[in-house]
Order: sequence, then C-alpha cells, then structure tokens
Amino acid sequence: MLELVIFSTLNGVLYGMLLFLLASGLTLIFSMMGVLNFAHASFYMLGAYFGFQLSQWLNFWTALIVAPVLVGLIGAGVERWGLRTVHKWGHVAELLFTFGLAFVIEELVQMVWGKLPVDYRVPPLLDFPAFELFGTTYPAFRMFMLLISVAIFLVLLMVLTRSRIGLIIQAALSHPNMVAMLGHNVPKVFMLVFGCGCGLAAIAGVIAGPALVTQPSMAHVLGPILFVVVVFGGLGSLPGAFIASLLIGLIQTFAIAINYSLGDALASLGMARPLQGVLSDLWQVTVAQIGPVVPYLMLVLILVFRPTGLMGTRES
Amino acid sequence: MAITTMTKPASLPLDLAKRYGIWILAAAVMIVLPKIFTSGAALTTMCLMGIMIVFSLSYNMLLGQTGMLSFGHAVYYGLGGFLAVHAMNTIAADRLPIPLPLLPLAGGAMGLLFGIIFGAVSTRRAGTVFAMISLGLGELIASLSLILRGFFGGEEGITANRTKMLTLFGVRFGPQIEVYYLIAAWCFVCIIAMFAFTRTPLGRMCNAVRENPERAEFVGYSTQMVRFIAFCIAGFFAGIAGGLAAINFELMNAVNISGAQSGVVLLMAYIGGVGHFFGPIMGAVLVTLLQVMLSDITGAWMLYFGLIFIMMVMFAPGGMAGLIMLHLPLWQRGTLLRVLPHYAVMAVPCAMGLAGLVLLIEAAHHQLVKAASDGPAMKLAGFAFASNAAPPWIVAAALLGAGLWLGRRWAPRLTAAFAEAAR
Amino acid sequence: MTALALDDLHKSFGATPIIRGVSLEVAKGERHAIIGPNGAGKSTLFHLISGRFPLSSGRISLNGEDITGLKPYEINRRGLSRSFQVTNIFPRLAVFENLRCAVLWQMGYRYSFWHNIRKATDANDRAEAVLQQIGLAERAMMPAGLLTYAEQRALEIGITIAGGAEVVMLDEPTAGMSRSETAHFVALIRKVTEGRTLIMVEHDMGVVFDLADRISVLVYGQIIACDTPVKIRSNKAVQEAYLGQALETEH
Repeated sequence: MLELVIFSTLNGVLYGMLLFLLASGLTLIFSMMGVLNFAHASFYMLGAYFGFQLSQWLNFWTALIVAPVLVGLIGAGVERWGLRTVHKWGHVAELLFTFGLAFVIEELVQMVWGKLPVDYRVPPLLDFPAFELFGTTYPAFRMFMLLISVAIFLVLLMVLTRSRIGLIIQAALSHPNMVAMLGHNVPKVFMLVFGCGCGLAAIAGVIAGPALVTQPSMAHVLGPILFVVVVFGGLGSLPGAFIASLLIGLIQTFAIAINYSLGDALASLGMARPLQGVLSDLWQVTVAQIGPVVPYLMLVLILVFRPTGLMGTRES
Repeated sequence: MAITTMTKPASLPLDLAKRYGIWILAAAVMIVLPKIFTSGAALTTMCLMGIMIVFSLSYNMLLGQTGMLSFGHAVYYGLGGFLAVHAMNTIAADRLPIPLPLLPLAGGAMGLLFGIIFGAVSTRRAGTVFAMISLGLGELIASLSLILRGFFGGEEGITANRTKMLTLFGVRFGPQIEVYYLIAAWCFVCIIAMFAFTRTPLGRMCNAVRENPERAEFVGYSTQMVRFIAFCIAGFFAGIAGGLAAINFELMNAVNISGAQSGVVLLMAYIGGVGHFFGPIMGAVLVTLLQVMLSDITGAWMLYFGLIFIMMVMFAPGGMAGLIMLHLPLWQRGTLLRVLPHYAVMAVPCAMGLAGLVLLIEAAHHQLVKAASDGPAMKLAGFAFASNAAPPWIVAAALLGAGLWLGRRWAPRLTAAFAEAAR
Repeated sequence: MTALALDDLHKSFGATPIIRGVSLEVAKGERHAIIGPNGAGKSTLFHLISGRFPLSSGRISLNGEDITGLKPYEINRRGLSRSFQVTNIFPRLAVFENLRCAVLWQMGYRYSFWHNIRKATDANDRAEAVLQQIGLAERAMMPAGLLTYAEQRALEIGITIAGGAEVVMLDEPTAGMSRSETAHFVALIRKVTEGRTLIMVEHDMGVVFDLADRISVLVYGQIIACDTPVKIRSNKAVQEAYLGQALETEH
C-alpha cells in the first residue's frame, strides 16, 4: 500500500506538472488576449511528434531544444496570419478558429505520421531505473521529466515576478484592458505570448511523448482536461491553475491505481447490490474506470458551489 | 432607409400564398424529392439530412439566437437517441400500444430532461466559460457512455427493430422510403416550431441577450433564465433529432454522443450561417452531402472540412446564409448584374488557388498514406502522375501561388464594384 | 411620498472608498439632478442604486420597499429604470426591436414562448408610441448600431422609459452633444418623463438648472448640499467646491 502511495504520488505530481506546463500557457493566452486556445493541446501533440521526428533524425537532446522553438514559431505564425484576422469578429470567432485549427492539425498529423502510435523511445542516456523501492523500480526518464517541468515552472515564476515583461503580463492578468494603455506594441506582445504559450506546450509534448503514448488522439484526449484545469482553478489565475493541475494529476493517477468497485465495497460490508437493471453497471464500475470522468465531475461540482473557480475573480 | 407602410387592398389567396408560400414549397420539395432521387443511397442521405436539419437548427437556438457556443450539444442528441432505442425495445417486448411515429417525442423528453439538469449548471456562466463547461459536460457523458454498458451498450452500442411496433394503417416502417416520410414530417414540424420560437417574446429576448446581456438585465430580464430556457428547448429538439436517428439507424453507439458529433453540428450550423434562420438548414444539407460525397472521393476529406471551416471563420463569419443575404440589397436594387462580371473575373484566381490546394493535399495524402502500399502512381481529375515526382508538386505550388497573388491583386476591384452597386 | 430613499450608502473598491455615506430622499414626481466634479462618484452611485455593483454598506428603498442587494432585473421589475453614460443598446437589432424588448417584461410577457410577438398588440403599440415620442419612427427597421450618435442617445432614453418605470435614472443624457441637439434633448426628456420621478447625472449646468426641481452636489463620495437650483447657486460651500469653476467654464 505504501509503495502504491509513493509511486502514485510521484506519478501524480509529474502528470500535474505536465498539465501545468500546458495550463500556464493557456491561462496566459486567455488572460492577455481573451482567446481560449482550443488548439493548445494540439501544439502539445505537435511538440511530441516533432520531438519524435527530430530525435530520429538527430537526437533527443537537440529535439528538446529545437522542437519547442519550431512549434513556438508555428504558434506565432498562427497568431499573425490567422487569429489577428479573426480578431475583429470577436472572441467566439477566435475560439472557433482555434477549434478548426485543432481539427486540421489532428488530420495533418494523421496524414504525416499515420493513425497508429509512433515508436518514440526514451533516450538511451536516461534509459535506466532511477531507484528501487519495495522491489519496484522507477524510471530515470520520469525523474528527468519532473526535473524539467519543475525547472520550467521556476523559470516561469522568475520571469513573471522579476522581469519587466513579466510585470506587464501580470498587469494584463488582473486588468485585461489596460495593456494597450501601457504604450506597448500590443500585436507584438500578443504574438510573443501566443508563441511562447505554444512553445511551453511543445516542451511538455517532447518530454511526455516517450513516457506516454504519442498518437494522433493525444490532443483531444488531453484538451478537455486542460479546460477543466483552467476553469477549475479560476480563469486567469496562474496559482489557481497550478493547484488545479496538481489536484487533477494526483486524483487521476490515484484513481487509476485503485482497482476497486462500489459493489466490492458493499460486498465487503456484507450488503447486497440494491439496484438492478440498466443501472446495475454502477456497481461494477471500478475506481480505475471512473478515473477519466473525475475531472469533469470536479468541474460540475465547482460550478455548482463556486462558479468563479478555485481562485478566479473574473466572471467571464 | 425609410419604412413605408403600404396598405394595399390585398387579395386573400395572394396574401396567404405570400405568408405560407415558403412552407408549402418546403413541404412540396420534401414530398417530391424521393420521387426524383430514387436510389437507395440518395434516400439514405436524405434521411440523414432531415435528422441533421433538426439537430443543427436546435444547435443554432444556442449559438445563433442566444449567443451560446456549445461544444457538447451531441449529449442531448445522443441521450435522446439512446432513450428512443431502449423505448423501441421495451415497446416491442411488452407489446405496448405505442406507434413508431410518436417515438421521437421520447427522445425529445430525454433531451429536455438533461437540458434542464445540465442547463441549470452550465447557464450560470456565459461566453467562453459556458463553452468550456459544455465541453466538460460533453466529455463527462461521452466517458460515462463507455462505462455504463447497460444503458449505452459499450462500443457496439444498442440495437433495436423499428418494425416490431404497433402498426397503424398497415405502415410498418420496414422500407427506407416510409422512414423517409416519417423523418420528413417530423423535420417539417420541427422547422416550423423552431421558426415560431424566434417569433415569440422569449425568442426575441434571446437575441437581446446575445446582443447585450447587461442591458437585457436592465429591462427586467434575468439573462441566466433566458439562457436556461433556450438551453432546455434546444435540448428538447436535439433529443427529437436523436430519436429520429434511432429510428433511422436502429442503432445508437458511443460515436453518436461523442465530442466529434458535437463538432459536426457546430460545423454544420456555422458553415450554413448562424445569423439567419435558414443558415443551419443549408449547412446541414451541404455538410451531409459533402460527408457522403467527399468521403467516397478522397481519404483526406476531414482535412477539407477543417479547412473550409477555418476559411469560413476567417473570411465569411456569416456563413453561406450571410454571403447570400449580403447580396439581397443588390438584388432589391437591381444592381446585382453589375457585380457578376467581377465575380467571373475573380473566379479565375479562386479556381487556380483551389486546384493548387487540392492537388497539394491529394498528392501529399497519396505520398504519405497510400504510396507505401499502392505505389506512387495516382490519378486526380483524369490526370495520372506519380506523387513522388517533382512536376505535380511544382504545378500545385505554382497554381496556389499564382491564385493567391492574382486574388490579392484583383480583390480591391471587386470590393469597389460591390460597394458601388450597394450604394 | 418618497420614491427613492438612500440611507448611508458606502462603496469601496479594494481599499479605496468611492461613496462615503450618501443619504438622500427623492419625492415622487420630483426631478432630481446630481452634479459634482469628475471622479466624485456620480456614476458609481447610479450603479449602486440600479444594482449593477453591490453595496459595501447602507440601504436603498424604492417606494418604501427595500431593494438593497437585489439583482438589476429585480430592481427594474419593481419600477426603476436607468440609462447609461456610454450608449448601451442592442446594436444588431432593429430600432423598433430594441424598444419592444424593453417593454416585454412590463407588459407581462415574461419568458413566454407561447405568444406570437406580432400579435402582442399592446407591446407593439407601446413600442410604436415610444418610437414616435423619441422621433425615430423613420428609422424603425434599421439596426440600432447604424444610427447616428444623437439618435442612439435618444434610443437609449427610449429603452429606459419604454417599460413605463415610475423612477427613471438618466446618466449624462446629453453627454457629447452639440448645443442645438442638447436643447432638443431637454425637451425630449421633459416630455418622456412627464409624471414620473427623474434622477439624472448631468454635467451641462444649463440642462441641470433648466430641468431639475432639486439638485444634490456630490463631492468625493459625499453629498455636500441638496436644495433647489436657486439656493444651490448661492450656496457658498458649493461654489467653493465645484460650482464656481463649473459656471466659469460654462461662460
């Protein structure tokens, strides 16, 4: 049991940090530009695929640097030639544009790399067990992922709290309409923020690719959970997104590890299953199966009890 | 623009024809269509169109009328469909005296019920947050559909047999043509009902809430309540569409309730045009047609859809209906003919660009997906070439480049001519 | 009879107090103007009364009924209607539609989806009458967003009064208008608020002294004087605080 708790905590924190790499970019983009980037998880997927391709051609370490830069440039291009045109039609059109983009990116990825998962391997340098506990080993690559995501988190924190651009971004987070008045080249700032957000997502993709599965559906599996994180944490709140990321990461990981159903629980208490018929399935569902549903249940609950999210102040 | 109140002594039949003409015409078209397109494939496609018209109109109650962008509308469609399938099975098993034509109502009730439940949660917020919540709820139900196998039947879904129900006037709904007329009748009734909704006080307040929610609150309306009721009614009609789908396919599975289905209805409504009542009808017809036709012609048809959608969002946010209505003032002024030559001129670069893009996508698709198994030889529009040779790529790039360049050069002239004609 | 009573209203944004203890009674049928320098909190006070912002503390009652903390639409249903300083209309709806939306609730149609709006004769007639009153009959079918600025301001007032609210609050109705437009507008306001209680924020002193029965002077979130126009003009404190400069710049 202790073994399960330790490993699940590690994996949960890791998953949570990866989520935050994505959620932070999404929050920044949303707060500054008012654009909810539906395609954010698609840039994460592009990161993974670029990482895979580049580590085939060159090596993983080059890929780790180059892939995010490439994806960041693509993101900036999307902002420059796509979003900026759509901007005049309002936020709904912007959201729809990124929705279409997510669709197109998935189709393109399927066309180029096929519908099946690609063989994205852990680099040989990190292909060893980091430590052993109760007879189970923990891969070094996962520790490396954790390290990278924590490092980026710290860099982000430093940039946001210490640098000039960080202060502008912070100002924009709390007063979204004020950026223009600060006399900054707003379109350029937007392009930068959008590009950087996409780049951050791509880093998550490059390092998550070998550990998770790199396949065309990875974007639309992760995308909705990402939105849950952002809404749950409170729109426009980076600390909120951080807490929500970790929370959802931990809950999902633990849920998967626990293979126990409601029926089992009742049986151990010596009770019969009260519901029969169509809903009888409810008793056979294990916690592991519920895992993917939990974030959405959390979303519904927070909306009922605290519509602005965990730490959000904005209404819409 | 001044309004002149004309008080012509109108003859009654003419007045009636003017008022109900469009509906009579619509009914006539629906009745006659299967006599013209008699093939089985055409009939199947038309049945699908009827279902999708109801579905996309119900979606437009949210997006077009009330300004609520939903990414989870398939929930109500799917749940309605699943309930209808179960209802069919129960009715057949217990020999209940309920005829098939009433079944969509069961679907509608299910859609309404869940519209009430989920609407109460999600319409507390508007705008982008509402969009995200709808996505979350959609995913919730989609994931649940794989877990609760009793109701949703897992991956295979639930099947039913529509002919096992109470027979009225000897119609058993075995042949597709009988199902077509059932769907057409429901489609017709739903279109009228949803059109009537736009002409009610609440329908108008939906528009007001879309336009300016703050002001709506200051003329006495709770925007949350307006959104909630609109959401419930949209859920009801989506459920009816689901019920029709259940009758048509005699099968409901996880795909019908998935995010992909929600995406399709958004695509339909938007491509058709959310700003006008008839937009989603056009969108449903066109997208269904394209789905059926394109998927036969090319393996990259989903990509084309995505690109069409992005193009629409970028350059024609009013959709096809918006483009058509843009020309209405010209038509009324009789100046439409004056812009036509300019359109003819613009058609050249457009055709070039389109041809280039299609060639590019098809060659890439062939090279990446098919070349490994079928070899590089391919055919497009009667031309045979190899996807791994340089010429098709050069031609594609040249066409695309030239089309874009010419298009940009000539566009101002068209804009000027249009402005001139509209003045 | 008191139409609107404010009892020690306070409002702070963060640590900054904007409204610092405002008490005021406006009688039924009175035309009351609130004046004061920029940043005095006039618009905030309007937002507090109409329910757009929540109060920090204090009590508001309308016709003797406590309306503190109610939602804007609840306050509106109880007979208080307001206009906005920045034009706040339904831009893509026709002018006539704008006005009809404004009368529907008060006409008892509520959330009805079982009435045909074309046959809602009473609502249509009322909207039509207001349309005539504000002089936009010619523009009835035009999208409101395409009207000229002055026409939009007229529509703004039309939407405000269309529901038949007894208490009408106008936030700078003549802001940004030329002299001739202003004169026309004063006549319009006088006409449409006949027999109702009017509370207005206004910068144009000509308009204020022309229309108001009583004037309140708001300075730094407090009412420093509340009296008839004649007495306000001669009030020392007011002259020092505000009116002196305002009258000077006026001439």
